[in-house]
Amino acid sequence: MKQSRTDEQTSVGDVLLDDAAAADELTPEQLAAQWEAEEPPPAGPLASMGSTLVVTALAGAAAVLSLGMGLGTPQQPDPGMWPFVVSVVAVVLCLAQLFLGRRGGDGEQFSRQSLLTVYGFLTFVGMVLLMPVIGFEIPSLVLCFVWMKFLGGETWRSATLYSVLVVVAFYAIFILGLGTSIPHLF
Amino acid sequence: MDFLQPALDGFSVVLEPTNLLYCLLGVTIGMLIGVLPGLGPAATIAILLPLTYGVEPVTAIIMLAGIFYGAQYGGTITSVLLRLPGEASSVVTVFDGYMMAKQGRAGTALGIAAIGSFVGGTVAIIGLTFLAPLVAGFALDFGPPEYTALALLGILLVATISNGNKSKALIAACFGLLLATVGRDIFTGGERFTFGNVNLADGIDFVPVAMGLFGLGEILHNLEERHRAAKAPAKVSNVWPSGADLRQASGSIGRGSVLGFFLGILPGGGATISSMAAYAMEKKRAKRPERFGRGAVEGVAGPETANNAAATSSFIPLLTLGIPANATMALMFGALLIQGVTPGPQLVQQEPELFWGVVNSMYIGNILLLIMSIPLIGVFVRILRVRAAILGPITALITLLGAYTINNSMFDVTLVVLFGAIGYLMKKYGFEPGPLVLAFVLGSLLESNLRRSLLVFEGDVTGFFARPISATLLLLFLLVAALPLIQSALRRRRTRGTSPEGMPAEDSDRTSVKENA
Repeated sequence: MKQSRTDEQTSVGDVLLDDAAAADELTPEQLAAQWEAEEPPPAGPLASMGSTLVVTALAGAAAVLSLGMGLGTPQQPDPGMWPFVVSVVAVVLCLAQLFLGRRGGDGEQFSRQSLLTVYGFLTFVGMVLLMPVIGFEIPSLVLCFVWMKFLGGETWRSATLYSVLVVVAFYAIFILGLGTSIPHLF
Repeated sequence: MDFLQPALDGFSVVLEPTNLLYCLLGVTIGMLIGVLPGLGPAATIAILLPLTYGVEPVTAIIMLAGIFYGAQYGGTITSVLLRLPGEASSVVTVFDGYMMAKQGRAGTALGIAAIGSFVGGTVAIIGLTFLAPLVAGFALDFGPPEYTALALLGILLVATISNGNKSKALIAACFGLLLATVGRDIFTGGERFTFGNVNLADGIDFVPVAMGLFGLGEILHNLEERHRAAKAPAKVSNVWPSGADLRQASGSIGRGSVLGFFLGILPGGGATISSMAAYAMEKKRAKRPERFGRGAVEGVAGPETANNAAATSSFIPLLTLGIPANATMALMFGALLIQGVTPGPQLVQQEPELFWGVVNSMYIGNILLLIMSIPLIGVFVRILRVRAAILGPITALITLLGAYTINNSMFDVTLVVLFGAIGYLMKKYGFEPGPLVLAFVLGSLLESNLRRSLLVFEGDVTGFFARPISATLLLLFLLVAALPLIQSALRRRRTRGTSPEGMPAEDSDRTSVKENA
């Protein structure tokens, strides 16, 4: 998948161009409809229910934890009173959503493209773990390179060139220019 | 006319070189991100929050405000030239703007949009100048009960006017309120939801939450969204519109200014909604509505004027009542809090330099934008050639390193990454991050005012209804809360009674571009 991304992109570009030519005559309503069709498909009822269940559990847990902090009276509330009220409201809303669930806000289905987001997130985690140990330069360089080459489909040459440039620029701005105390190796 | 004196003094604040520079910086960044599809103004402001730590409050807000209204100008350019709306608020501009470009009138469309934006912005600033002190004066008598009611109403309105699922938006808002309780309880000193973590004892900072949910969340989401390859647009010539075009558009610009101004003040309103409303209004008013969608000047002038007027007037509730009307204003609120300034009715009197400095900076900003968007349009169009694959990691690194510089702590960076993942998942599962951030920012204000009120009322909740203003606000709250239930009941009855119609109205105004306002 990674190697073929550049080819894939050009072909998608061409298709879009054809689309654009064909779509030139569309009325605003048709154009809006076309945009809607290009949107990722909604996540569906199962995902909606699952996510709401998770959120309900979170709200329920918050309610239990707030109970543990003590409620007190409305006039002299203990720390738990306000979070308890809010989490109970949240639970009620969640249950309403579960059983009466309205249209709209369906979210988006996960696709193969979502893997890119997972990889992107992993580079963030790596950055958080490595930055305090070996400074920001090498993790940033790796992050840039991974994003440009593997997630963005740039060529080896431009990915290397731009990642180095970006890290040098950040070093110049954050360390030399602003004198921040971001952990750095050099 | 006494009140005009501080307003005039505000100009001396704006004309300080630092403030002018930050105003220019803000509007240029706004213009850039407006041109680039992907990051919206809310995400950009969130990412750049650390930048505001080192400067004066007024300078910080001048810059952030510049980003917000600058993006309204920039979003137009790609709508007209490429049929890619750079911002949600420029979606409707595509319909007629792109057709005008196809007819070789791209310059006219952009020129009219720039002039309309300038007029709309200026009218809104003048409205702001006169209306804001009045509202603030009225609100000076507000006590804790009024603030409680106002904050509740604000959160509810923002959640229900969002274009997604309303109950999900409200659930998100509840979680925002819960997040705001993390840390030490200011009244009793008891710890809440800290799980023994020292870093959480002082509560969660607003900046990592906003940077994560809006900034990193959007960057992560952009990774999987394939942006259409932007082809280099045709050369734009003849940007100055002719007298005939201007005459044709003048009515739309006037109506757009007024409509945008009022829609911007409403909680949950803002640039996106007002641009759509303006387009609908122009089409309805037109003698020959069939011209719309085929290159009608009014279809560009109305929405572009309205979105800029709304972007400006949405500062009114923030600066006079201390209630942010939309997610972007919630970020401004957070930025002011960081600076030790609590926005509210006292602001006009206690910090006239800040208040009038920010308001008057918008005049300068609008002039700068007019200059940038007419003669310099070619420069911004060239920005489109920068590929998303290169911009993505740069914005990600700015966010992560910027988060570190707030408190020099890795914990903040960790929080940003964590909230980035939460923001991404919220998007995927149809929960909007906007209401969460807004509720988070209002959370402690709401709780402390509620507790103070209950202290005054000796624990009697009905006390809220004994005061006219808080009673009115709460009644309004109940009405807004009950409205969806009533509507759906009516809809069910109608569908049962007649044929299954009446569905498309709600779907047709949903658009593919993300909500940023």
